Amino acid sequence: MEPFIASDLALLTLTVSLYCLGGMLYRRTRLMILHPVLLTFVAVIVFLRAAGIDYARYEEATGILRFALGMSVVALGYLLYEQVERLRGSLLQVSVSTLVGCLAGIGSVLLIAGALGADRQLLTSLAPKSVTIPIAVAVSEPLGGIPPVTSVVVFCVGIFGNICGEQILRRCGVAEPEARGFALGAAAHGIGTARALELGAVEGALSGLAMALMGFATALLLPLIEKYLY
Amino acid sequence: MIGILCILICWLVGNGLSQLTGNYISGNIIGMILLFVALSLGWVRAEQVRPAAKFLLGAMALFFVPYGVGLMDSYRVILDNLAAVVVASVVSTVVVLLVCGWTYQSLTKHKR
Repeated sequence: MEPFIASDLALLTLTVSLYCLGGMLYRRTRLMILHPVLLTFVAVIVFLRAAGIDYARYEEATGILRFALGMSVVALGYLLYEQVERLRGSLLQVSVSTLVGCLAGIGSVLLIAGALGADRQLLTSLAPKSVTIPIAVAVSEPLGGIPPVTSVVVFCVGIFGNICGEQILRRCGVAEPEARGFALGAAAHGIGTARALELGAVEGALSGLAMALMGFATALLLPLIEKYLY
Repeated sequence: MIGILCILICWLVGNGLSQLTGNYISGNIIGMILLFVALSLGWVRAEQVRPAAKFLLGAMALFFVPYGVGLMDSYRVILDNLAAVVVASVVSTVVVLLVCGWTYQSLTKHKR
């Protein structure tokens, strides 16, 4: 029998309470670096190391969370439905920008990481880096990527986009609210959308749309690219 | 409860289709598309799915914590390729930002 502290219930309670604690801390400080999810990653790892519990046990104990993540990928279909309502009248720029952004994102990350010596497994883990995490993992895992690497890299990309995205866009002459919002959502998924919502309602809406469509496009295109191009 | 049922059915059918097509696209992604189609065609009403979907989407960040914690076993892959991971992610993120921003902006101006 495993010790009390390594039981499913104890590990789940620990995860949820650290997440809530991280949320409280984040609301106090408002520092992106102290994002609750980032804090939870670190705190859980530190705890498991200290208590001598290996990842296999933790993975088994939190199976219900992974199941819920699978459900929330399906639930993104609802988000897509809600966002597509806004598409009317801007179908052309939205669809072209999504397609171009999706291909540019996958292409550039593969080229650069490949040139710097990443192997195929790592390339597959990095390829969906601009997409919301559940979709990114659902895309990279069956293709042979490493889910933890995908989720952490995608997360950091989101933080980077959230902190620097708006400034980069402003310096490079993207000033229109719609274009700004769309770019933030396309490059930095939900975490970028959080920043876009701070900029304004128009930015936020377009950002959410971009996030949903980028996820959709990447899920369809990446398997094809993986099969034929690298 | 209807919302949860819709989501589960879409996922289940998605998994079935995924297996039939040789796991080319994972089942939950197909499920996402099925849910979108079902909503668009009016097979299910948005109000029925909304509560379940909102709950799942709101708590999504918690659900992927186990994957992040998986880093304790696979952090070596990132450390061994730190330059590749960091440079590729940062540059590519800037590329997506600018490509999307410029494309969207110029197409909007073009239309007017």
